Amino acid sequence: MYKKALYLLAGDKSLVIEFGNTISKEINLKIRNMILALERANLPGILELVPTYRSILLIYDPLVWIYPSLISSLKKIETELTSLELPKPRVNLIPVVYGGEYGPDLPFVCEHNGLTQEEVIKIHTGTDYLIYMLGFTPGFTYLGGMDERIATPRLKTPRVKIPAGSVGIAGSQTGIYPIDSPGGWQLIGRTPVKLFDPYREKPVLLSAGDYVRFYEITPQEYEEIAKKAEAGNYQVETREYSVGEVAGE
Amino acid sequence: MSFIKVIKPGFFTTIQDRGRYGFQKWGIPVAGAMDEYALRLANLLVGNNQEEGCLEITLLGPTLQFNMEGLIALTGADLGAKLNGTDCPLYEAIWVKKGDILEFTGVKSGCRAYLAVSGGFDIPEVLGSKSTYVRGKFGGFKGRPLQAGDQIPVAGPSGSWEKLRGLQIPVEFRTGFTNQINLRVVLGPQSDSFTKSGIDTFLNSTYKVTNEADRMGYRLEGPKIEHKSGADIISDGIPLGAVQVPGHGFPIVMMADRQTTGGYTKIATVITPDLNKLAQAKPGDSISFQAVSLEKAHQIYREYEGQIKKLKEYLENTKNTVKSTKKAMILRINNKEYYVEIEEV
Repeated sequence: MYKKALYLLAGDKSLVIEFGNTISKEINLKIRNMILALERANLPGILELVPTYRSILLIYDPLVWIYPSLISSLKKIETELTSLELPKPRVNLIPVVYGGEYGPDLPFVCEHNGLTQEEVIKIHTGTDYLIYMLGFTPGFTYLGGMDERIATPRLKTPRVKIPAGSVGIAGSQTGIYPIDSPGGWQLIGRTPVKLFDPYREKPVLLSAGDYVRFYEITPQEYEEIAKKAEAGNYQVETREYSVGEVAGE
Repeated sequence: MSFIKVIKPGFFTTIQDRGRYGFQKWGIPVAGAMDEYALRLANLLVGNNQEEGCLEITLLGPTLQFNMEGLIALTGADLGAKLNGTDCPLYEAIWVKKGDILEFTGVKSGCRAYLAVSGGFDIPEVLGSKSTYVRGKFGGFKGRPLQAGDQIPVAGPSGSWEKLRGLQIPVEFRTGFTNQINLRVVLGPQSDSFTKSGIDTFLNSTYKVTNEADRMGYRLEGPKIEHKSGADIISDGIPLGAVQVPGHGFPIVMMADRQTTGGYTKIATVITPDLNKLAQAKPGDSISFQAVSLEKAHQIYREYEGQIKKLKEYLENTKNTVKSTKKAMILRINNKEYYVEIEEV
């Protein structure tokens, strides 16, 4: 983490506040603090804040702000940043059917790492994954903390269409596809939970700063949950995060 | 119900407004009009607020039948519009009647035209916007480009729209088109990932728009831009107009439907008013980049907004003087035809 954030130019309406050049829990916490402080400060002419791994993209109205005074206002907020009472992180329990048609690449992940299917599933479900950021496509979470024992390179030829809900591995990352999209991740399972629904009151289910824990379900349970989710009657189980309950960052 | 019927869909026509802001933190792209200047002008002509959704018509336009009476306006690219078979003027508030047919005969200049209707389209907002995000299948009309047989509901005119009939945008406010486009940029946020020679190449070369140029981004080809040590960064936010340079060394200008975050170095960001020029560029057009300071960029931006404000005031003042009593006729005197306009005094 840098001693002081860098303020980088990003055109006539945006700037980047960069806190470091690595992926770390510490930097991510700093960003969440800064976002909260900016929201509380409620400065005029700030149109949008986009938090990412190590920086914030801030979009402002240049008719409201002269750049030097914007920067000094932001730096003041940064300097006065103490650890604010961030909301306690929650763990979202995400049901997944592993293998078979739901996760066609599970055999390859096993073979690549010399593990049985049961072992891969045990490792994948045995971690609380920190949601560092959302981005790329609506509702896509960048998760941290996957066990290196199940790390697997991407497919050489990406698939044209991956169904929404697919759970995959790419290198030492794991993630869920929120909408049907092309992609090169190794698919190990699928969740019936709808991570993104633009017509729902809360369109995106998961928030940065919270955690994801996967648990295994049967195809029959998948169908039951899918039906409920389709009707808008399925609530993902969440609980307060406690360090050391399972592995994880 | 007032609606516009789609007889032929054209190449790619979607409803766009000024974009869906506030949800990039969830990975939801902004979308919105590619040429926001043309969108705002079209809306002003028909008495809408500048943010209202319009049809964004790309290259080969649709054939539309109006099942309504009201005002429409076309701005942006000249795609050969004809209303009931005769040339349809651009940058003018035009009265259409039930059964009128608007068609497009082919690109004359530019790439994207905007069609505004008085009152706007009567479609639900999704996450605060009428913009279509096609990849996410939501927003606009059923989350997709128009198809034959669609009936797009029109909210119906409001206020003093009738006085706007015949109103025109003065020539100096209209967009001119060229195949050689100069884009002004502010260097950063990752310009320090490039060698001095890489920056020089970027600013002193001419690039060509490739066939991979759409609402998500414009891929350009030309001299390779040299990185210092690599093109990959830890994924961060992508502002509108960011010029990404991946490992292959060719620039990609990120446009309305861009993904919210990405892991490639961004050498510069195109200034807002110049993005409208790029939105009108077609494959094969030449692009060059010119660096300006942020102070200069802000000055240009204020002038740009000032220009739109001035135009709005002009239209407000002019609409009351436009005579709707004007009549035109053809007189034949001694076997010669004369086109005559008369109006009440």
